[in-house]
Amino acid sequence: MTDSSFSGRAAIVGLGATEFSKNSGRTELRLALEATLGALKDAGIDPSEVEGFSSYSVDKVPEYEIARLLGCKDVKFFSQVPHGGGAACGPVMHAAMAVATGVAKVVVVYRAMNERSWYRFGTGTYGFASTPIFENVNYGWYMPHGFHTPAAWVGMFAQRYMHTYGATSEDFGRVAVAVRDFAATNPAAFFHGKPITLEEHQASRWICEPLHLLDCCQESDGAVAMVITSAERARDLPNKPVVIKAGSQGITSGQQIMTSFYRDDITGLPEMGVVARELYRQSGLAPDDLQTAVIYDHFTPFVLPQLEEFGLVPRGEAKEFIRAGHHARGGKLPINTHGGQLGEAYIHGMNGVAEAVRQVRGSAVNQVDDVRNVLVTAGTGVPTSGLILGAA
Amino acid sequence: MADPQLLSKVSALVGRQYGRVYAWDEVNAPMIRQWCEIMGVDNPLYTDPAAALASVHEGLIAPPAMLQVWTLEGFHANNYPPGSTDENPYEVLKLFEQHGYHSVVAVNSELSFTRPLRLGEKLYYTTRLESVGDEKTTGLGTGFFVTLVMSHFVEKPGGDEPVGELLFRVFKFRPANPQAPAPDAPVKATRPLPGISDDTRFFWEGCAKGQLLIQRCTSCATLRHPPAPVCIGCHSFDWDTVQASGRGTLYSFVVMHYPVVAPFEHPNPIGLVELEEGVRLIAGLVGVDTSQLQIGQALQVEFQTFDEQQTLPLFRPVAAEAAWTSN
Repeated sequence: MTDSSFSGRAAIVGLGATEFSKNSGRTELRLALEATLGALKDAGIDPSEVEGFSSYSVDKVPEYEIARLLGCKDVKFFSQVPHGGGAACGPVMHAAMAVATGVAKVVVVYRAMNERSWYRFGTGTYGFASTPIFENVNYGWYMPHGFHTPAAWVGMFAQRYMHTYGATSEDFGRVAVAVRDFAATNPAAFFHGKPITLEEHQASRWICEPLHLLDCCQESDGAVAMVITSAERARDLPNKPVVIKAGSQGITSGQQIMTSFYRDDITGLPEMGVVARELYRQSGLAPDDLQTAVIYDHFTPFVLPQLEEFGLVPRGEAKEFIRAGHHARGGKLPINTHGGQLGEAYIHGMNGVAEAVRQVRGSAVNQVDDVRNVLVTAGTGVPTSGLILGAA
Repeated sequence: MADPQLLSKVSALVGRQYGRVYAWDEVNAPMIRQWCEIMGVDNPLYTDPAAALASVHEGLIAPPAMLQVWTLEGFHANNYPPGSTDENPYEVLKLFEQHGYHSVVAVNSELSFTRPLRLGEKLYYTTRLESVGDEKTTGLGTGFFVTLVMSHFVEKPGGDEPVGELLFRVFKFRPANPQAPAPDAPVKATRPLPGISDDTRFFWEGCAKGQLLIQRCTSCATLRHPPAPVCIGCHSFDWDTVQASGRGTLYSFVVMHYPVVAPFEHPNPIGLVELEEGVRLIAGLVGVDTSQLQIGQALQVEFQTFDEQQTLPLFRPVAAEAAWTSN
């Protein structure tokens, strides 16, 4: 760690969330405010003290409206991180940098969405048009063929991964079964009380071969917000400080959004490798220093190469790790103890960051013993991000 | 979401009773005979006095299903007998129309009978707005189920007697797709068109001519797909194209099942195809048994024009002996 690093200098001190549902019945703005005010109350910080905001570029609630409604007068930092769920950890990283550099003393990070009731990401219908802006041209290689859903794009990587390393649909199923087991004991989860078996996974209908229905996360409404301030101030606030030990975003060679099919090898997630190396460098930690992890699971197959990119298992051997149940309850490295996006809700990964906070605080419903450091990852197949959170 | 003002106006109407609508004529044999003839009913209870007398009814009765017939307005609209109410029991539907729910479809018509009607009896009915459901979305559109109950009575000196009810339910809705064409002029869903830029136009023009073109850097000869304005290797902006042989192998694939989106047929197999020149592209697969797809299998391009507006490269498996192989 060098003096200019932000590692360890900022902490998450407040956490707020709405319930997660298929139809919130209220506006995204209201969801964002409920979560934000909840987080500030949890932090014991007055809303007027907020000096910064960070969210996802796809979030439709503008920070200036939240600022106006909170009564903020001195907002000096605001940012939005692009690329859908790839943003998930980015806003926390941005907030930590803003706090560490003294630009803003208190930053709110939020994600609010009526993704299920107002619009859906998985419909296969998009507003792509023929105007030659980059996105339209780029998706022009896929949309005319009807290759138009996130599940399909993930499936293309997954098929090659299976072919190369001998992973099977059952291995993907074991990921789903483990997170649904955690969701079953999490009252905040959609699938609270609803565990699944591997047989049920295998019997679930095809969404896009090789992905079954139970390989896919749900579509959700809800909001999550958190408050970041200096590690120094965090010591005087009511909650156990959750220190941001490392944060990084990642783009690497051949990067596209969900369609990086033209790299020499498509079985890995090299942008996540960029994040992994940077997180370990900033924090000075190694894979063995992690007690639990929140691994982005919008679709099960990408959980496997993420474990590999972070050096938690050798390349191509995630399936053995999963077959041994190391990722499950009581395993060596339980992952997605809130139930993941497959089991709790799909709040674009921000609910995963919240779970990491609870694990460090010791307040998770499926608490792992003696948690000192938690890895959190963001959306896969896109320019992405990651965090290591830990105890002071 | 429905307008809260509309909902409060509607809920103020629910439970309202509307006044009497009288029958023009008493229950009579000629109308019964004609109704039975038209409906193809030959039950002697309705038309044969002797048989009816010998039955449990001890005389002619009207067909129960005629309940509503007696109180109909007649040939001219709104031509109700003197003394009938001029209230409109359907006023709630007007409210919905003012809020854009213009369409209506009858969904239930349920008759229940208390007793048979006899010749000479005179009927009237009253209407009650029984209920209006919460806003619902069906295949037709978004709207409300509205239920009315018409209670029919026979006038009697000692107190009018209930004889039957008609429950009538309609769905008053805003059509799911107001732009939907009439059924006799269906608009066919077409494949989305790609965005085409100056960097990519050559590819689509090639497809239209049945040529699969790959971009080539004229400075370092590197091939690239998808096309881009600059070479990843040497950053030269100069390029030309080469025509691919159209032979390739399946590098990866998916078979799309859900959601089903028109005009695509499902299951829809999609390949990531590695051309023998070394670049990859995404394309639909044709002539395949989706359960037999194998990474590494040999493919050959063919072109198909869709919707008379775009030509796409598609790939078809080729027999092993004819196949180009990568090694």
